[in-house]
Amino acid sequence: MDWSQLWEIASAPDNVPIVAIIPLLAFYLWLAWRQASANDRLIEQLAADPALAKTHHRKTWPFKPGWQKEIHVWPFLLRVEFLAAIIVTIILMVWSITLNAPLEEPANPNLTMNPAKAPWYFLGLQEMLVYFDPWIAGVVMPTLIIIGLMVIPYIDPNPLGAGYYTLKQRRFAIATFCFGFVVLWVSMIVIGTFIRGPGWMWFWPGQTWDHNKLIYEVNIDLHELLNRFLPSALQITSTWAKGIFGALVVGGYFAVGGLVVHHLFKRFHLKDYQRMSFLQYNTLMMLLLLMISLPIKMALRLVLQIKYVWVTPWFNV
Amino acid sequence: MAEEKNDNNEKKAGTGVVENFKEDIKSLKSEMLGKAKEQVEGLKDPTKTQIFTSIFRHKHDDTPRNRALGVLSNVFLHLHPAKINRDAVRYSYTWGMGGITFYLFIVLTFTGVLLMFYYHPTKVQAFRDILYLEHDVPFGGLLRNMHRWAAHLMVIAVELHMLRVFLTGSYKKPREFNWNVGVILLVLTLLLSFTGYLLPDDQLGFWAVTVGTNMARATPMLGHEGPFGPELHMTPYNDVRFGLLGGSIVDANALLRAYIWHCIGIPIIAAIFMIVHFWRVRKDGGISGPAPVVLESEVKEPRR
Repeated sequence: MDWSQLWEIASAPDNVPIVAIIPLLAFYLWLAWRQASANDRLIEQLAADPALAKTHHRKTWPFKPGWQKEIHVWPFLLRVEFLAAIIVTIILMVWSITLNAPLEEPANPNLTMNPAKAPWYFLGLQEMLVYFDPWIAGVVMPTLIIIGLMVIPYIDPNPLGAGYYTLKQRRFAIATFCFGFVVLWVSMIVIGTFIRGPGWMWFWPGQTWDHNKLIYEVNIDLHELLNRFLPSALQITSTWAKGIFGALVVGGYFAVGGLVVHHLFKRFHLKDYQRMSFLQYNTLMMLLLLMISLPIKMALRLVLQIKYVWVTPWFNV
Repeated sequence: MAEEKNDNNEKKAGTGVVENFKEDIKSLKSEMLGKAKEQVEGLKDPTKTQIFTSIFRHKHDDTPRNRALGVLSNVFLHLHPAKINRDAVRYSYTWGMGGITFYLFIVLTFTGVLLMFYYHPTKVQAFRDILYLEHDVPFGGLLRNMHRWAAHLMVIAVELHMLRVFLTGSYKKPREFNWNVGVILLVLTLLLSFTGYLLPDDQLGFWAVTVGTNMARATPMLGHEGPFGPELHMTPYNDVRFGLLGGSIVDANALLRAYIWHCIGIPIIAAIFMIVHFWRVRKDGGISGPAPVVLESEVKEPRR
């Protein structure tokens, strides 16, 4: 266990935000979960007791008849904002006094940094470069993330859970978003920061970053893996065969995956399914399958050392 | 008229000028004393002075009306409504992340403008300016540190704000459009941070931006290494990466472009979107909650 290596990474000034974001995220997820479960309990109670539902003020916080429903912004909101500004300023001051912003040697195009890492918030995309060609990892994926985020309000047909924390009323939406944000985005950043060392190789926490480390890995394409098991007459060798094979695999993923997801969605979220229009439902399916394809491709690469599943003369997937 | 009278007096009593002058001096004592007393009396309640009332347009006695006016008649506070949902001030609901993000943007603008006084976006001077800031400029190191850490903090705050808005379902009707404005602001925040990364002109920034912009080579159709790029006659000298960097490598032009995008271009665009974002928060009915919970049985299904 190389503690100094671990400390070197964790204490790098630019990595402090990532070290900070983990407990922050854990805290806020806990805070949200606590309120969501309190609300869910209330919802259950009200659903079971229609008489209570008619009179209850429907929040978990206390409220008595005669209390004002609205309060003055001055001072009740402004004091909170003022306090927040002061606290943030103090945090920034202390942080800025105790820790210096990093400054390396002057830029030198002839001396490559190893590892050369993007700013921490883009490390998830850089990590994707291991599994996908740059045009997917660097261009298509960021675009899809932005589009995916933007269509959320238009493909979520669930009218419940607007303006309060809840889990039970929005299981699918929350699970999907947390999978995308916490599991994919944040954990990719953590991997990119703490695990990836020189040559973008995988170093477990505590392992020394050995600049001379060599990993002898032969990455193969999916059709090559298949060729090992096929008789010589059926080998996939020509450009056409490779292209068609890849298209079938990718198309098959969307067809079979789509059917599986459709089956599950209809079984567990029938109401949402019924509420959705043709366009809404297909957009959701498409984005969902694309998102799920990410960890699948990662697993293929990490476990089976598969580089591409679809090889064409113009692009590889 | 008064002057004419004076003239007449002069003619009647030959020594009028001196006489009048003496009279004025005599009366000065009593008149001015009265005025001075009045003035001092007036200053005992400064809120009634003309200067005060010209600046603050209403009284400040602790009445509900004045509390409302304190917000509504103030240009900096008028983004707020006069009154809000009693539970909306609870920190546990909003986490305060939107406001903190905006506050950090202000901090960044302030420290950024100060940094611009010491920084030249040229290959010769950029790195030296950073050294100068760190070692010679009074509080220069603190200034740079604060700018850097506030930027990191802003990225974290923006992401947490997005998480909160999602978890409270605040993007739902009628706030769909404002969620989109927010997504654009998220992207702009990341771009602001990214363009700032190159400016110290050190190895860290140089290679981060090299890695980042190399992806643009692979843009489908618009990059010279992307799918269908070569077929569309893309070369390192005319593709989208060339446009970003102002050249085929990260060099002087890239530094200048990053600087202008960082200090002028993106902040202006972000400010415009921020105006829309805050405006829409109000127009869409203020912050989304905490709203009373709705039961499944109460949902009115729209006609399909």
